[in-house]
Amino acid sequence: MLPEPTLNTYLALSAVLFSIGTAGVFLRRNLITILLSIEVMLNAVNLTFVAVDRFLGTVDGQIIAFFVMTVAAAEAAVGLAIIIALFRHRQSLSPDAFTSLKW
Amino acid sequence: MLLLILLLPFLGFLVNATVGRRWPKGVTGGLATAAMAASFGVSVYAVWTMLGLEPVGGVRAIDDVVFTWLSSDTVQIPFALRLDPLAALMILVVTGIGTLIHLYSTAYMHEETDAEFARYFSYLNLFAAFMLVLVLGANFPVMFIGWEGVGLCSYLLIGFYHTKPAAADAGKKAFVVNRIGDVGFILGMLILFTQFGTLDFQQLAMQISHLSVEPATMAGAGVLTIATLLLFLGATGKSAQIPLFVWLPDAMEGPTPVSALIHAATMVTAGVYMVGRNAVLFSHAPFTLEVIAVVGVLTALVAGTIGLVQNDIKRVLAYSTVSQLGYMFLAMGVGAFAGGVFHLYTHAFFKALLFLGSGAVIHALHGEQDMRYMGGLKSKLPITFWTFLVGTVAIAGIPPLAGFFSKDEILWKTFSTGHPVLWGMAVLTAFLTATYMFRLLYMTFYGSRRTVPGPEHGAHGAVHAPSRTAHHAHSTHLHDAPPAMAIALVVLAMGSVLAGFFGVPHALGGHNRIEAFLEPSFHAMAMAPETPGRVGLDSGLDPLPPAATAPEGAVAEAGHVPEAAHGDTQTELLLMFGSVMVALAGIGLATVLFLKAPERADALAARFSGVHRLLLNKYYVDEFYDAAIVQPIKGVSTGLLWRGVDTAVIDGTVNGVGLMVRSWSAVLRRLQTGSVRAYAMSIFLGVVTILGYYLWR
Repeated sequence: MLPEPTLNTYLALSAVLFSIGTAGVFLRRNLITILLSIEVMLNAVNLTFVAVDRFLGTVDGQIIAFFVMTVAAAEAAVGLAIIIALFRHRQSLSPDAFTSLKW
Repeated sequence: MLLLILLLPFLGFLVNATVGRRWPKGVTGGLATAAMAASFGVSVYAVWTMLGLEPVGGVRAIDDVVFTWLSSDTVQIPFALRLDPLAALMILVVTGIGTLIHLYSTAYMHEETDAEFARYFSYLNLFAAFMLVLVLGANFPVMFIGWEGVGLCSYLLIGFYHTKPAAADAGKKAFVVNRIGDVGFILGMLILFTQFGTLDFQQLAMQISHLSVEPATMAGAGVLTIATLLLFLGATGKSAQIPLFVWLPDAMEGPTPVSALIHAATMVTAGVYMVGRNAVLFSHAPFTLEVIAVVGVLTALVAGTIGLVQNDIKRVLAYSTVSQLGYMFLAMGVGAFAGGVFHLYTHAFFKALLFLGSGAVIHALHGEQDMRYMGGLKSKLPITFWTFLVGTVAIAGIPPLAGFFSKDEILWKTFSTGHPVLWGMAVLTAFLTATYMFRLLYMTFYGSRRTVPGPEHGAHGAVHAPSRTAHHAHSTHLHDAPPAMAIALVVLAMGSVLAGFFGVPHALGGHNRIEAFLEPSFHAMAMAPETPGRVGLDSGLDPLPPAATAPEGAVAEAGHVPEAAHGDTQTELLLMFGSVMVALAGIGLATVLFLKAPERADALAARFSGVHRLLLNKYYVDEFYDAAIVQPIKGVSTGLLWRGVDTAVIDGTVNGVGLMVRSWSAVLRRLQTGSVRAYAMSIFLGVVTILGYYLWR
């Protein structure tokens, strides 16, 4: 029988998810995957908000979680549109192909 | 009233300079001439009024304060004009001869386009206005406006044919050389101001007349000596004396009437006038007077010898002018201020006449200026010839023409004030003057016409090349001076004959009226009028003779007060006879060498080819100045100031700052890769670092 999950369990899960997301952003070479990794990071944060909220018995964190979800949806829409535009431009999805924005 | 004298030509300038270019020549030339004639009329009226005044403190004068120019604490410099006998003579010369030369110019410049014609006359009118400011100015700053203004007009008119490089260069040379003198003038002026707190001529003279005369040695030079030496440096620039005489012969690149008006009759005499205007000041600095006398006589002699061998008709006259100006300074230097100004006045007539005559010759020959290609013009140009002859005889010093009286006055004063060496050099110069002037006369008007020979002479007259082709085409028929030119020539010739009779010396039974007339201007006023311009009735003062009214301070200037001039009449007559003989000998020499047997002159030149070449090249003064002054300045400017200071230091600093920024940027811009992941990583690391700091501190 698994032990009853505590706040720390949720925070640890959140930290693991956030690390996986961060690693994905830095290590993957595909812009869509990077976008997905960012979603993972955002949801890790959401999990933290909700878990702490539950622990404290308030609802503020849950409201913030909804905000984050809304922003994430908008971000996904805009991000995907940019990625499509970029792909049409360079025929590539690797972030290393888009380094011309410099001196 | 005094303002009107100088305002009339200035108005002429304004009109001709603005709208004149669209008007026909008759209107612009007529307007300019009318402005001068009206100015002459007003001048005559002003002088007449002045003569009718009761003398105040021994001087008859009209003062006219136009406005307060500079006002600062105790310093008040009004734009003040003052008409006294010296200024009266000068304005009559400037406006009178100026009018004639304007009239002459209407014919001489007729081949120019309407716009150029208007430009010429606007300059000429502007010159007259500034010259009148110079002579009427009652204090140094006002005189200095005129002094610089005539310099500007001189520059503009020398370079009138500005498309010709030689003319443009000559204009620049005149301007630059004059600047050197002007530095001295300004410094002298400032020294006087710091010492006396005023720059008004009259107040300066009154203050200085109470001082004792400074010692006549260089070691004893006081502030007056230094100030006057600096002022004299200014005079050497303006009046073309050693060491700054080099610009005047080159100034002959300007139109000939300009040479007559500016570079013979009026502007170049400004230095002499300035010394005369400050006679009291200069009298208190005997060392300066010695310097002036020596510089004057040396200039006279040097220029006279150069004039002997020059071939350009205008250059001979230019050197003659330098030489005669030397005479005037000699007179100033020996304290014969009236004699110097008298010579200035007679010289204005005959030298203007000679220049205008040479202009008529050049006009007839369509631009030819080389006397070697003249000759035989006596019968072709009768009016020009006869008037020219009068001028030549006058300058040679043959009685009873004007030059004799004024030159003899100077020679006698030089001798009687104890300068036998200077006198000897001056007599030698008189001999040279007679010789080179008659050489000019013979080469131009006598013998047979010499046209331009083959190309082997081409090198001599490179400047005249275009004009020479023109005169080949027209050489068959020569026109004498047209009416406007002829009138000017005849009036000036009459002046050259008559002008001297104002100054017949006592030794010849005359009264030397001009000296009596001018003398009050050379002394400080006996008493200060309460306000300048007040015309009071000082019945206690006897108007004439002026020597009697001279204050005690002025009498201390021994040696040149009129008593000295009354010296030995016997000696004076003897010297007079001697100088006439010298002049006749000079004419005789010229007759033998250049009329009877020109080949003898050539043989002489060949025999003393070294001397001849030295003189022909004007003692290599230009070359010396070029090597000693111009080239070193250019070298320092190029090597040190341009390549060193400007390029290395100033440009180096500016470029160095730019280079430093660029090289740092080259390092820093490596950070901006354009890779999104690199930026994300740096943000991440940054967050981790900051969080880590707060968590574990």
